[in-house]
Amino acid sequence: MSSTAAAGTIDHHHDPTTSTGIPNKKLVMWAFLASDCMFFGCLISTHLIYRLHPPPGVPQARQVFSIELTSFSTFILLMSSLMMALAVNAIQKGNLRSLRSSLLTTIFFGCIFLGCQVYEFNNFVFEKHMTITNSILGTTFFTLTGTHGTHVAIGVFWLLLMYVRSFQPQDTDARPYWFLRNLLHIAVFIGAIVLTGYLLIWLAWAFQAGGFTLATLGKFAGANVLAAIADVACFLGIFRLGRTAGPYAFDEANAVDVEMMGLYWHFVDIVWIVIFTAVYLLEYI
Amino acid sequence: MDALAKSEFLPREHVAQKPLVFWRPTAKTGIVSWLTTVDHKRIGFLYGLFALFFFLVGGVEALLIRLQLAVPNNHILTSAQYNEMFTMHATTMIFLSVMPLSAAFFNFIMPLQIGARDVAFPRLNAFSLWTFVAGAIILNIGWFQASGAPAGGWFGYTPLTTRQFSPHHDIDMWVMGLQLLGVASIAASLNFVVTIINLRAPGMTMMRLPVFTWMTLVTAFLIVLAFPAITIALVELMMDRLFGTNFFEVSNGGMPILWTHLFWVFGHPEVYILILPAMGIVSEILPTFARKPLFGYPIVVFSGVCIGFLGFGVWSHHMFTTGMGAMATAAFSVTTMAIAVPTGVKIFNWVGTIWGGHLQMRTPMMFAMGFIWLFMIGGFSGVMHAAAPADSQQHNSYFVVAHFHYVLIGGSLFGLLAGIHYWFPLMFGRKVSEFWGKLSFWVIFIGFNVTFFPMHFLGLNGMPRRTFTYDANMGWAQGNLIATIGAFILAIGVGIYFTVMIYTFFNGERVGRDPWDARTLEWSLPNPPPEYNYRSLPHVRARDSWWYDKHNPAESHKPEAGHDGAHAGIHMPFQSIYPFTAALGLLVGGFAVSNMDPGTGHKLIVALIGLAIVVGSIYLWSLEGNEGYHLHPEDEEPSGSGHKTH
Repeated sequence: MSSTAAAGTIDHHHDPTTSTGIPNKKLVMWAFLASDCMFFGCLISTHLIYRLHPPPGVPQARQVFSIELTSFSTFILLMSSLMMALAVNAIQKGNLRSLRSSLLTTIFFGCIFLGCQVYEFNNFVFEKHMTITNSILGTTFFTLTGTHGTHVAIGVFWLLLMYVRSFQPQDTDARPYWFLRNLLHIAVFIGAIVLTGYLLIWLAWAFQAGGFTLATLGKFAGANVLAAIADVACFLGIFRLGRTAGPYAFDEANAVDVEMMGLYWHFVDIVWIVIFTAVYLLEYI
Repeated sequence: MDALAKSEFLPREHVAQKPLVFWRPTAKTGIVSWLTTVDHKRIGFLYGLFALFFFLVGGVEALLIRLQLAVPNNHILTSAQYNEMFTMHATTMIFLSVMPLSAAFFNFIMPLQIGARDVAFPRLNAFSLWTFVAGAIILNIGWFQASGAPAGGWFGYTPLTTRQFSPHHDIDMWVMGLQLLGVASIAASLNFVVTIINLRAPGMTMMRLPVFTWMTLVTAFLIVLAFPAITIALVELMMDRLFGTNFFEVSNGGMPILWTHLFWVFGHPEVYILILPAMGIVSEILPTFARKPLFGYPIVVFSGVCIGFLGFGVWSHHMFTTGMGAMATAAFSVTTMAIAVPTGVKIFNWVGTIWGGHLQMRTPMMFAMGFIWLFMIGGFSGVMHAAAPADSQQHNSYFVVAHFHYVLIGGSLFGLLAGIHYWFPLMFGRKVSEFWGKLSFWVIFIGFNVTFFPMHFLGLNGMPRRTFTYDANMGWAQGNLIATIGAFILAIGVGIYFTVMIYTFFNGERVGRDPWDARTLEWSLPNPPPEYNYRSLPHVRARDSWWYDKHNPAESHKPEAGHDGAHAGIHMPFQSIYPFTAALGLLVGGFAVSNMDPGTGHKLIVALIGLAIVVGSIYLWSLEGNEGYHLHPEDEEPSGSGHKTH
């Protein structure tokens, strides 16, 4: 085959090399999602069964949950699915720039969701005193939503790797250090996500503890100056490494890779809709 | 339609310069070639070797159990050792011997039967194999550690397996080992599902698939959908043990019965995971040696699918004595009786197949006939258990032990032993001598029945399972002694079987192509099959494709334009080391996690190193791409004249 297919020449809904016309990667992802349904089905069932038989002294879910925050993060996660769909559409048309911006937005929204979850877990443990060990509600809640959060985190990591992979040059002879460059790209990306999350959550706690004042802000800046500098450096690295210097090896032929990832991402979103309903909303009926 | 040909959906062929981490091994012999192989036949062979090794380990454990029970008040084993023996005997036989032996056939035979050059994801296949080995090591490593081997029963009922009652690491390793085996089984099954659905040769419609391939598909779906239940149960137990959660902690509102439900939601489909491959093998062997097509092919296939479907709705018949309530008990009683119907339909179809046939009583046929008889006995006692009132009497007695050994040995194992004899000429180009094959059959058959038939009576006389010794005045001494003698006859039979098998592997009679005059596509290949399987992809015209081609030579010799691999060479995937290293990372990480004590940081570090190896391996694996080289076979023998295209 030619190494670069002209945009729009591939039928993305039919693979002539397979018996059914469905690309193998897509089919294996659908089969995996069937399996994952059973994983979440068992965990959600566990939560719902134990919810019906609370022993005395279990914290009241309504007094622990903060439905406003969770509604917000649910909305963000749903919007990330929209961006994921746009990313798939972009690469099916061979539009690399649009693919990258859509992937970045998806990662951004995914990180907001994860940040909310970290904040929520912190809040439940330290403010509401519900831990994974001290009550059956804590046990099932943290295990179930933690498993979902792990799925989101794996999804963000996968999106990030796909984003970086889109920078693999077509002419690797001309740019022999592309692989080290990609590794550096991944490192600064993870650094930026972790440091930003750390700083924001620290800041939120500082404001809650010390009030929304300049003094709090000053204390926060003083304690985290190194982390902040490292964070800025990571972002500069992302901008520097994210500059376009084509031509790239990643093109329309990779659409099935992005689509497979998209299926996973949408599935994790759908699972969250079920969890949001069965774990949170159910408590408010 | 070349299933492995390059298409727009695969990465491009030209990638010029790659860093050293993307080195692809090309060795065809030696240890590296085996560790990095992506060839489904080699992977199948390795599955078979590991399975047979663990079969012998599990067999030795069984003999020790029988020795301990041979006479009343025996003390060859302590009660603690006895617990380890029956736990590890069951776990080993189910997860490390019958399942991988089935997987060996899935790998070796299924792609040949559908006319494919390999499975859909060859490297994922290698990953499944090595992850299975990692899980097997973690399960068994307790024998060499202070904690001892797992001793909580293969069902691992809580609260016995919680930290309070099993404080040592043996249960942690059992939990971790089974989780890794689950990863291996699910990954392999996803691969088989895609392979069967997507890589069929032209003309191989779903209703022309050989029955063994159909049963592979059903089994793969069962694994994909049933293993999550035990995985979640194991995760919850692991959280309880390692992080102090309350899933099974009664004082904080946990309910141990949840484990029992989750375990059997997996556990009952699991018994069909064990038996359906054997049913598929028998459905291949009977028509071949009866010289007739399989009677009622669509009914046999749909019965298999039906068994798989109903298999998810019967799990609570393992729990009739837990007090579920009359309604639940009645419902599961009915579904359990219902599942006997498709099973019975299959047996009638097999009888219909041999009815009026010109039977050739070769060794595979003997084992297949043995399968039908013994499986039927096990099936009858199974229907007896479906009646909840009777089951309350039989529950946890040796009657149950007799029942499931009749379906697992008489069923699964006889089917698999038949399959080994049947496909041995295809795999290795040699045939086992009929005399020794039949001798091993009769010794195994007699030994098996002498061992397990008395257990029916022992069970009805009230002998409970999992009891390490008994008093002389209980009236169980005679039956137990007979069973122990039978076990040693069975061991001699298995010994003959495998000695002859090893002898044949090196020195057996060489046979040509298609020694049984068989029906399905894999027999059209020279033996042993070349690495690329089919020089040009076959064109399937009928259900028993090879038989049809043999009897309609004019039609089958029409040239198929564009399907001859010799034109552009046959595309072969490169080998890869990363599936192996990913499994190695799982082994390191799993071992560290399952030996973790609170407050020991260094094991956490080892666990993180294992995780890093896994993530790094998968990353490099996905970046190295699924490229390959082209092979230009001069003739039908593997010439090794392939050259790299880049």
